[in-house]
Amino acid sequence: MCLAIPMRLVELEGFLGVAEVDGVSRKVRLDLLPEAELGDYVLVHAGLVIARVDAAEAEETLSLLRKLADEV
Amino acid sequence: MKFSDEFRDKDLIRDIARRLQQLGGKPATIMEVCGTHTMAAARFGLKELLPPPVRLVSGPGCPVCVTAQEDLDGFLALGKEPGIVLASFGDMLRVPGTGTSLEKERARGAAVKVVYAPLDAVDLARQEKEKEVVFFGVGFETTMPATAVALQVAAADKVDNFSVFCVHKTMPGALKALLSAGEVKVSGLLCPGHVTTIIGAASYDFISRDFGIPCAVTGFEPLDLLLGVESILRQLSEGRAGVENVYTRAVPAQPNPRAQALLAEVFAPADAVWRGLGVIPGSGVKIREKYRDFDAQSRFAALLAQVPPPPPTACCCGDILRGVMAPKECPLFAQACSPSQPLGPCMVSSEGACAAAYRYERD
Ligand code: SF4
Repeated sequence: MCLAIPMRLVELEGFLGVAEVDGVSRKVRLDLLPEAELGDYVLVHAGLVIARVDAAEAEETLSLLRKLADEV
Repeated sequence: MKFSDEFRDKDLIRDIARRLQQLGGKPATIMEVCGTHTMAAARFGLKELLPPPVRLVSGPGCPVCVTAQEDLDGFLALGKEPGIVLASFGDMLRVPGTGTSLEKERARGAAVKVVYAPLDAVDLARQEKEKEVVFFGVGFETTMPATAVALQVAAADKVDNFSVFCVHKTMPGALKALLSAGEVKVSGLLCPGHVTTIIGAASYDFISRDFGIPCAVTGFEPLDLLLGVESILRQLSEGRAGVENVYTRAVPAQPNPRAQALLAEVFAPADAVWRGLGVIPGSGVKIREKYRDFDAQSRFAALLAQVPPPPPTACCCGDILRGVMAPKECPLFAQACSPSQPLGPCMVSSEGACAAAYRYERD
């Protein structure tokens, strides 16, 4: 029920869109995140986009992880 | 998969695990609140990577598992009425109610439909105009907005044969009850990332403030989980307790304002019954008066009043949800109870602690 994988927004029309991951696509609604744009990676929950995945933050977390790994 | 694979890098996982070995001197019991965390930790074998004195225990964050038996029995009872169609997320299908399940009722001819989104149930109601479609509103704050939108759409479009059997639950109240009971000595909490996008990290401030327990808002890939554990161990070693967000790519500093407004418009806080925890004040929601016509518990109140209370069960899910028992300690685990013959919801749900232990941690 609580799918956690980021999906890419591949279609967008007003509050309605289609998100895709690994060839699986799903109709989604953007009531919570109307500012999302085509090509964004989003988290979808029960048909609703609940959050956008921020690429810059993802990169920051990865560099933090690499830094931690180097401290070993 | 973008934003997933990078956080499953095997070499990096090994290095971070080594780093944790340095931090994890003292014994620590870290509770992963969310069922998806439980599953990810089991699937990627993270328990083995943690320093030995650090223990991961499952908490009350599997929405299927915490659904109370009496609520499930009530929903199942509605399915026995002619003309009622039960719509549910697929996860609930095999959860045993008293003497039956949605799956068994469907095999006996009851109208049970699996939906992926609450709005699909509204569409179903539009198609089956002469039937009553009742959607089982299960889940935490991440799922509640989807139910709220369905209620708004049904009300706006006057889909009068749609209603919601609302057993949605809210996370902070349950955590408070769990920690106040003091049965498990929790040293740190991995807080559920996706719930937090809706309610905001500040919702956990009381845990660090009132209970002195460090929290980390954590994502769902193996490296996310290790980073969460790192945050907690570091806070412990520095003698601090705060709420750290280590899942910044998905959880912004402020919760989603539209979600907050949506939930406030449709739902009001209410007491809720949790499996294993009993009634927790203010840990659930009820559908507001404005949407009363779409509230299954009020629409079918007379029918539901006749459903007998559930008999006691030998399943230990309650103890497992409170973190006081590990799945393998249940005498029925992998004996009388298995995913093909589940005796409790923790063995059914893909996020359940017993199912995770059965699939990934049996010797
Ligand atoms: S192993 Fe089965 S019976 Fe035991 S607690 Fe888990 S679900 Fe319940």
